Amino acid sequence: MSETRVHFYQVGSFAVGNRLLSAGERTVQSDRRRTNSIDSGHRACQGCGEALGARYALDAAMRVTSGQLVAVNATGCLEVFSTPFPETSWQIPWLHSLFGNAPAVATGVAAAMRVKGRDQVRVVGQAGDGGTVDIGFGTLSGMFERNDDVLFICYDNEGYMNTGVQRSAATPPAARTATTDAVGPEPGNPFGQGKDLPRIAMAHGIPYVATATVADLHDLERKVERAMSFHGARYLHVFVPCPLGWGAASNDTIHLARLAKETGIFPVYEAEYGEVTGVTKIRRPAPVTDYLRLQRRYAHLFGHPGRPDVVARLQAMADANIARYGLLATEEDE
Amino acid sequence: MDRPFAITLDVGTSRANHTGSWRIERPVYVDRLPPCNDACPAGENIQGWLYHAESGDYESAWRTLVQENPLPAVMGRVCFHPCETACNRVHVDEAVGINAVERFLGDTAIERGWSLPAPGPDTGHTVLVVGAGPAGLSAAYHLRRLGHAVRLVDSSPRLGGMLRYGIPAYRLPRAVLDAEIDRILALGVEVVTSHPVLDIEAEQRACGADAVFLAVGAQLGKRVHIPAGDSTKVVDAVSFLHQVADDDPPLLGRRVVVYGGGDTAMDAARTARRLGATDAVIVYRRNRDKMPAHPEEVEQALGEGVKVRWLSTIDRFEGGRLVLERMRLTPDGLPEPTGEYDELDADALVLALGQDTDLSLLEGAGAVSVSNGVVEVGLQMMTTQPGIFAGGDVAPSDRTATVAIGHGKHAARGIDAYLRGETPASPERHDLASFDRLNTWYYADAPRTQRPELELVRRQTNFEEVVRGLTEDNALFEARRCLSCGNCFECDNCFGVCPDNAVIKLGPGERYAFNYDFCKGCGICASECPCGAIEMVPERI
Amino acid sequence: MLQQIEGSHAIAESVARCRPEVVCAYPISPQTHIIEAIGAMVKEGTLAPCEFINVESEFAAMSVSIGASAAGARAYTATASQGLLFMIEAVYNAAGLGLPIVMTLANRAIGAPINIWNDHSDAMAVRDSGWIQLFAETNQEAADLHVQAFRLAEDLSVPVMVCMDGFILTHAVEGVDLLDQEQVDRFLPPYEPRQVLDPEDPASIGAMVGPEAFEEVRYLAHLRQLDALDRIPEIAAEFAEMFGRDSGGLVRPYRLADADTVIVAMGSVLGTIKDAVDERREAGERIGVLGITSFRPFPLEAVRQALGARERVIVVEKAFSLGMGGVLATDVAMAIGTTTLHTVVAGLGGRPITRVALLDMVDRARAGALEPLSFLDLDEGVIARERARMATVRRSGPFAENVLRDLGRPREDQA
Repeated sequence: MSETRVHFYQVGSFAVGNRLLSAGERTVQSDRRRTNSIDSGHRACQGCGEALGARYALDAAMRVTSGQLVAVNATGCLEVFSTPFPETSWQIPWLHSLFGNAPAVATGVAAAMRVKGRDQVRVVGQAGDGGTVDIGFGTLSGMFERNDDVLFICYDNEGYMNTGVQRSAATPPAARTATTDAVGPEPGNPFGQGKDLPRIAMAHGIPYVATATVADLHDLERKVERAMSFHGARYLHVFVPCPLGWGAASNDTIHLARLAKETGIFPVYEAEYGEVTGVTKIRRPAPVTDYLRLQRRYAHLFGHPGRPDVVARLQAMADANIARYGLLATEEDE
Repeated sequence: MDRPFAITLDVGTSRANHTGSWRIERPVYVDRLPPCNDACPAGENIQGWLYHAESGDYESAWRTLVQENPLPAVMGRVCFHPCETACNRVHVDEAVGINAVERFLGDTAIERGWSLPAPGPDTGHTVLVVGAGPAGLSAAYHLRRLGHAVRLVDSSPRLGGMLRYGIPAYRLPRAVLDAEIDRILALGVEVVTSHPVLDIEAEQRACGADAVFLAVGAQLGKRVHIPAGDSTKVVDAVSFLHQVADDDPPLLGRRVVVYGGGDTAMDAARTARRLGATDAVIVYRRNRDKMPAHPEEVEQALGEGVKVRWLSTIDRFEGGRLVLERMRLTPDGLPEPTGEYDELDADALVLALGQDTDLSLLEGAGAVSVSNGVVEVGLQMMTTQPGIFAGGDVAPSDRTATVAIGHGKHAARGIDAYLRGETPASPERHDLASFDRLNTWYYADAPRTQRPELELVRRQTNFEEVVRGLTEDNALFEARRCLSCGNCFECDNCFGVCPDNAVIKLGPGERYAFNYDFCKGCGICASECPCGAIEMVPERI
Repeated sequence: MLQQIEGSHAIAESVARCRPEVVCAYPISPQTHIIEAIGAMVKEGTLAPCEFINVESEFAAMSVSIGASAAGARAYTATASQGLLFMIEAVYNAAGLGLPIVMTLANRAIGAPINIWNDHSDAMAVRDSGWIQLFAETNQEAADLHVQAFRLAEDLSVPVMVCMDGFILTHAVEGVDLLDQEQVDRFLPPYEPRQVLDPEDPASIGAMVGPEAFEEVRYLAHLRQLDALDRIPEIAAEFAEMFGRDSGGLVRPYRLADADTVIVAMGSVLGTIKDAVDERREAGERIGVLGITSFRPFPLEAVRQALGARERVIVVEKAFSLGMGGVLATDVAMAIGTTTLHTVVAGLGGRPITRVALLDMVDRARAGALEPLSFLDLDEGVIARERARMATVRRSGPFAENVLRDLGRPREDQA
């Protein structure tokens, strides 16, 4: 009888920690000494995916840089809920300037660190999807093009949540927002619009681009670590559900992020110098309806009569992602 | 550095903002009852011992196991593991091979010579245990741990009861049984063998015991009247297996028919094969779905060449030929005769139609109430006569070794309470950790490790153990398939997924605590807890 | 060392000797020669250590400067006109954050109609931003003001904008005595930031401030501007003592003694005005000039002292607030109270301000014929015809197009 090496760990590497994993295989988040870059007392809504994503990403970056990190933040939920005078939740040096200029401000910080001979201090710029794909797009593209030494992180919750859930260029088709109401013959956000920012970032040929979700911490932390191993412009697009803006239960935040990945709605991959180098495979395939039904922003698609035609289009988009990135696991992946 | 007013803020300041006031529900850590534990007749804390096994700490695992059951190597072989039937992992892939890990732990303990926990301080009480089967052995063990002296008597020359005389050696090697019995005896048990007890009260008086545990089992094979010629050989399975165990097997010939559909029928047929029968045929009146024998026993029997005549009853046995009547099932699933007949050549017929108890020893104990051939027992296995307890096959329950071990434990605790003049407290029972409470996404996918089976050829001709144990790697792997239903196993998920850093990690073995100053009650921790050990409860406002 | 040099190059040399650590700009006429020259110095290594960053917009230029300054680097940028407006959100932000960035504003008109020539509309558009705004009369002063600007900005943690007239100064080649490196180093100590992004001492910069503290934050920023009213003359005095040259300060009086009429102005036009005044002084007229160097903070007291009790004050300014009138004049009026005040808007979009026109203006003022608000050399005919068209045609189209069409057409009265 052949002996097999023990490689299986109850919750394997899916859970945050797991006492059975070696210390090196555990996440930063499992460490009691993690930075908690964004600390308790912040005013994010219950179940905020962005607050979680920011802590995940920045704590990982803090570990990788041994605490030599500066964060630049665009205006938006993350900024507002973290720093209302007189209280800040940030435990790391942090600067907020404007909504649309975080990438450029980050460039300035990086330039200052270099000129001061403090190259070990690394810079992270961060924004929501509005601050990234819309108003901050110009400065972001400039930062990419110059290959400035900045990791820019977009926490994508698919709309302008801070101002009351309006549409952004990251809002998915059919989703109801305050400016794309679920009325008329084409309810919600129109099809055929929006920006695929990770691919735009790749088109700049920058060293590293990756997508991730708050549902897969190991993947997210590994990507932050990978990103920090490069100098130059890097981009991380993190999918962060918004219970308030999506009309979802606050306890479903991670569940929704997981479903977004498992349905193919949000492809999780990474790219170096413009070429896709890795894809996080779907583990438990699910139809898009599993994901859509949990969100009131899609409520108009269900019930009677509902819009099965629209659901089918969304399923087709997910299927296209699955085909494009090869998201389904094959025998060799097992 | 002095900060510019308002625009620039110092770290740590947000901790003044106690967001816990937003909460309308609060998360609470709970321990729920895993379905395996719930289903275990011996009351084992299976999830508890698997927890230790998962980290490779087999000794702690074994020590947790023997808190409830002193015979893990035995039960790891003969238990029909209702725990695995109940296991939540069946909804993910396959049940955890609890029984195999139990056996691994039991074997490892024997191999490494681990001893059972020392007896408790002497109470001055003596308890008479009648019957050294699994119930009696279990009772003796638990009574010794509670500090009571034990006098263990059995009618047979060797201890073990049906474990020795009913279960064939290819399922339970005698060395294993002996090792585990010896370990119990090492706790200081007075043993009297080959000592049939004819009058329980007289026996108690004679030895001056303060209480009695009656566990004589069901040793009488049931017979039915089958018209048979003089030259035919008809035996009952219990006697047959007993004789084989005593190394005195009866000569049954080359064609052996076993009548019945339970595990004993399987044992008898498989034993007959090992004794040289070329044909071992089971005759059963219903179909395979209705067969009471455990599926893997049936599977193994068929694999060894045992044949089955389904939907058949034996009409008569004459001149080396059995006449079978074909049956059919009514819509209710009951067999009814068809009036059609088959014939089957047979040198011997073994009747495996169930067992009866022999309770003649209670005739002098008038206060012990008996009905339908079993002794009525109440809470903690006490009969209607105070001081006399009963368990195992003489008590109304499933007649399995695992049930018997549970009876022995409960009876020991009941006797202890009785001797102390206390009312036994029923332990707190947690809510069941049902499958819907789990978040199984987190568990790694893995197939169950199959216990390798001996090659068929070998097991048809000798009594070598058929099912072999797990290697350490496999046992560890299997243990790690446990979902830890309802009990925190420190995966750090709650600590990680809280958007408000409101979970405090207390360190290895200490689990976690909530910081209600900051917990907003979003419930992500509860949703993302793999094992369902967090409950959201409404906040009192 | 005195040398014949283009204004832009003089500025580039002066800025370089201030040892800026991060220079970031987006090209716009007439600022280009400044940043081209600095870029070349960084590239060839004569200005080091310094990061020169070519960005994609003025908005990014100011934003990079914000990041660099907040991280403790001496930051410099330059822009003009539309560029300033494109970065205006960041301009306000830099001041709000108290970051001592120095920026050259090569003053230029704002479109539409697009116009690359000089006036002061751009500077006026950000007068309330919280930046200190210093106006240079000559290239010599512009060069000197940059050195003083870094000192002032870093002393007070306030950004400073040095305004110099586009083309008129930036592209003019004239003699400038540039300070050498040793002199600048003596005058300008290394930058010690008041707050800095530092992993060893983390803080959150740029908090959200609500009604409970916003007014105080704004008032504190105002107090820093008032502090500048003291520091600007002190720094100018120190500069004069060290280098023997008057540059900067709050205001620059010229032949004010016994003047009953004073012309107030900012920037390079002061030279022309002084020529005109000299001519009239020769003729015995009691006339003088008050140049405003510090537009923000506005030196109310210095202006009051300079202009108090004059019979008339004429403010010549290269910008105005549409629908109201003079911007500088409004501030001057606040300083002087009841004195008769004339605003003359002049030189918009680069229109020449001639000595002849200025003298005509003075004559009309003395004759009581100068309106409270007037426009120097305005073509009244064009205005009258366009007004007539607007009165009759509902959809008259953009003025600029119509005016151009009108100017190109032979006039009926000339035909």
